[in-house]
Amino acid sequence: MNPDIQGRVFPPTPPYLVGREKVREFARAVFATSDINYDPDAARAAGHADIVAPPTFAVVVQEATLAQLLAEPDAGIDFTRVVHGDQRFSYTRPIVAGDELTATLTVASVKSLGGHSMVTAESSIVDAHGAHVVTATSTLVVRGDE
Amino acid sequence: MTANTAHAPAIDTLTVGEVVAGGSFPLTRDSLVRYAGASGDFNPIHYRDDIAVSVGLPGVLAHGMLTMGLAVQPVVDWAGDPARVVDYQVRFTRPVPVDAEDGALVTVVAKVGAIDTDAGVARIDLTVTFEEQTVLGKAQARVRLT
Repeated sequence: MNPDIQGRVFPPTPPYLVGREKVREFARAVFATSDINYDPDAARAAGHADIVAPPTFAVVVQEATLAQLLAEPDAGIDFTRVVHGDQRFSYTRPIVAGDELTATLTVASVKSLGGHSMVTAESSIVDAHGAHVVTATSTLVVRGDE
Repeated sequence: MTANTAHAPAIDTLTVGEVVAGGSFPLTRDSLVRYAGASGDFNPIHYRDDIAVSVGLPGVLAHGMLTMGLAVQPVVDWAGDPARVVDYQVRFTRPVPVDAEDGALVTVVAKVGAIDTDAGVARIDLTVTFEEQTVLGKAQARVRLT
């Protein structure tokens, strides 16, 4: 892949409106049992504006940015050879239903390792006021010819 | 401030190495379809054996992000609020094949890895296994406690 894309910043994604039923659907899918993921009254009692998304829900918002990266014409990433290596979510505040989130991907690094390439993509996710909510960081391994 | 705070463990009662949470998660093909719909990740290696085998895999695999998502749930329940998980990272080290009939049992053990009393954050280290082999590396959740 093309090492020159290191440092590239992609355009912000269109706003993603976090729906209450989507949060519940995602929570069920990851075996979440906390009332705060499902019940607005429980969430408000804990000091939140609405139900709180599970810690990995940010991947749903991040996904659009990874699609931008994989589709970038000069990046040279063959998506059929991509393996997810590492994932991290670093929160400033939790995602709650009703949030309108926008994600901006920066290519933090591109490395080569024994024929494989590793690209680390940091997607900064902000709310409708532009305030930081969470950064989702993925390291993708692009396998070389075998 | 909230009813929920009462359930959160006090940081000064924790000991490094102490097991604080854990659980077993029986995954089936249904779980994978549910996660595909909830997350939007419709890569067919997570529901079609023929395609999985054609790209050199043993069969249908669980989404790595599903394994990541469920592995933190015992920590969420222990902390009492999903919003207390302020940072969560994993490395995907081994895939989890999900047999069409027998499914796959993923087991999680959560231990205190480090305590930062000044910051009010405990690092919880997760050991996540399938058939007694670790499937996630460097799986760490940082949890804000008081």
